[in-house]
Amino acid sequence: MRTLPDVAALAPAYDVAVVGAGPAGMAAAIAAAAHGLSVLVADEAPAPGGQIYRAVTTTRVRRRSLLGADYWRGAPLAAAFAAAPVDTLPEASVWHLDDACVLGVSAQGASRLVTARHVILATGALERPFPVRGWTEPGVMTVGAAQILLKSSGLVATGRVVLAGTGPLLWLLASQYLASGAPPALILDTTPRANWRLAAPHLPAFLCSPYALKGLRLMARVRRRVPVISDVTGLGIDRDGAAQLVTYRHGDGRSGAAAADIVLLHQGVVPNVNLAGAAGCALEWNDTQACWQPQTDAWGMTSVAHIALAGDGAGILGAEAAAVRGKLAGLAAACALGAITPQTRDRLAARPRAALRRCGRGRAFLDALYRPAGSMRVAPPDAIACRCEEVTGADIRAAVRDLHVTGPNQMKAFLRCGMGPCQGRMCALTVAETIAEARGVSPAEVGTMRLRSPVKPLTLGELASLPRSEADTKAVLRG
Amino acid sequence: MFRRLPEADGPAVSFTLNGRPATGVDGDSVAAALLAMGERVCRTTAVSGAARGPFCLMGVCFECLVTIDRIGNRQACLVRLRAGMQVETGKGKREAGP
Repeated sequence: MRTLPDVAALAPAYDVAVVGAGPAGMAAAIAAAAHGLSVLVADEAPAPGGQIYRAVTTTRVRRRSLLGADYWRGAPLAAAFAAAPVDTLPEASVWHLDDACVLGVSAQGASRLVTARHVILATGALERPFPVRGWTEPGVMTVGAAQILLKSSGLVATGRVVLAGTGPLLWLLASQYLASGAPPALILDTTPRANWRLAAPHLPAFLCSPYALKGLRLMARVRRRVPVISDVTGLGIDRDGAAQLVTYRHGDGRSGAAAADIVLLHQGVVPNVNLAGAAGCALEWNDTQACWQPQTDAWGMTSVAHIALAGDGAGILGAEAAAVRGKLAGLAAACALGAITPQTRDRLAARPRAALRRCGRGRAFLDALYRPAGSMRVAPPDAIACRCEEVTGADIRAAVRDLHVTGPNQMKAFLRCGMGPCQGRMCALTVAETIAEARGVSPAEVGTMRLRSPVKPLTLGELASLPRSEADTKAVLRG
Repeated sequence: MFRRLPEADGPAVSFTLNGRPATGVDGDSVAAALLAMGERVCRTTAVSGAARGPFCLMGVCFECLVTIDRIGNRQACLVRLRAGMQVETGKGKREAGP
């Protein structure tokens, strides 16, 4: 890979532009470049890896047992990516994409428009919002945030660390903290008890998956050392001096409280859809995973010609599957641009497709078991739903009841939720599900926020740094 | 609040936080350096003035907005700490003017 220092080093056009350098983005770029296509990979981080393999080429936390074998699976992929003939632009933001495959890219305070013949979005996942009272307090962060601090800077939380929520990542971080000599004080497990019954039919397939033994061992290791309170059905966080007081309610009606210096929340991950949505890719409601995802076909192609999605951004399947889906999207790009025939594409895709089926084994069990309770996916009246504009669950319910607001786009006009700097990344799901609950309909019916570029903020200076031709100037000058 | 594992120590990077000398480690994001120093608050909000700190560390929540080298609203978790940076925490609404 050739690392570009700034946007001035970008070629004006590429065959393929890949957004995101996680497993899907790296694999897609390698596959497309292998067939002679010119490839650009733009990523927000200083080094490739995405969030799952964050800092895999640069971290100083090199004890294998600490971050675990799954993390280090990213190293050979990152090495193959480093050896591939692709341009990469790190510390970059892609703030625009349209159906003509024009990308707006900013880095180091300057911006350029880049044209691609084919675009692969590998924008990955983000943690599902966890709208409980007090989740905006400093000292309350996500489990993923703590893991990023560990991977990229070797930082572990100290004092009384309380983990609350559900999903594999929560247990993984707990085990990594144990290995770091910083065991969490308490885990509040919000996995709904009823999920076990719903997940049970998928148990045999899960037990045949590579995740089963690994996951069960990891959970047993954590449970030996960390107190776990299961069947937590309600959570709230209140500031208590410099610390937090976490109050919780059990399924059986009892309640309790725990003091915490750091609270880490997590209830699964959902696709990061902002760039795809702004480019006009049709989104659909995935009820199994309770999230929006772009509509894609077996090759990752979206509803917009020459814009594809690879990895968890197209629906959550995990890191291993993301690399496979990246490879398939890279092959599809090579075929769509005439570099290989459909026959060659299909032949080369046979093994990745088999690998993808293997990765998918056990997913139905995980999806069913770790689907967060509906009550945890909507904002309670006293909790902030939209962190940027400080809109509460009570505000949203009142707007539905009194103003007959039917969906998130109309809600923006009254409450501004989704219109702050995060552009709905942290509230779009909560707002849709809270409206849906208040109206007694499905989130699919209320829809989601309309997404528009620029999907990342840029300064007027960056905008003004776009090269312009005489024709551009004439287009806006009169007389 | 956060401590650094011994093996993760590296070359020190000097910067200023609200005009006072501060130190991080090479490879830190600005947000990581602030958390490592025990600074959990990055800004107060424009709407109510409530204190906020880094939340997602991956560029999606926009809670860690700070001013870096006189450019406001930078995402501290996405900006790599560099020597001599002038970092200022945010205070409520941005005022118009110089």
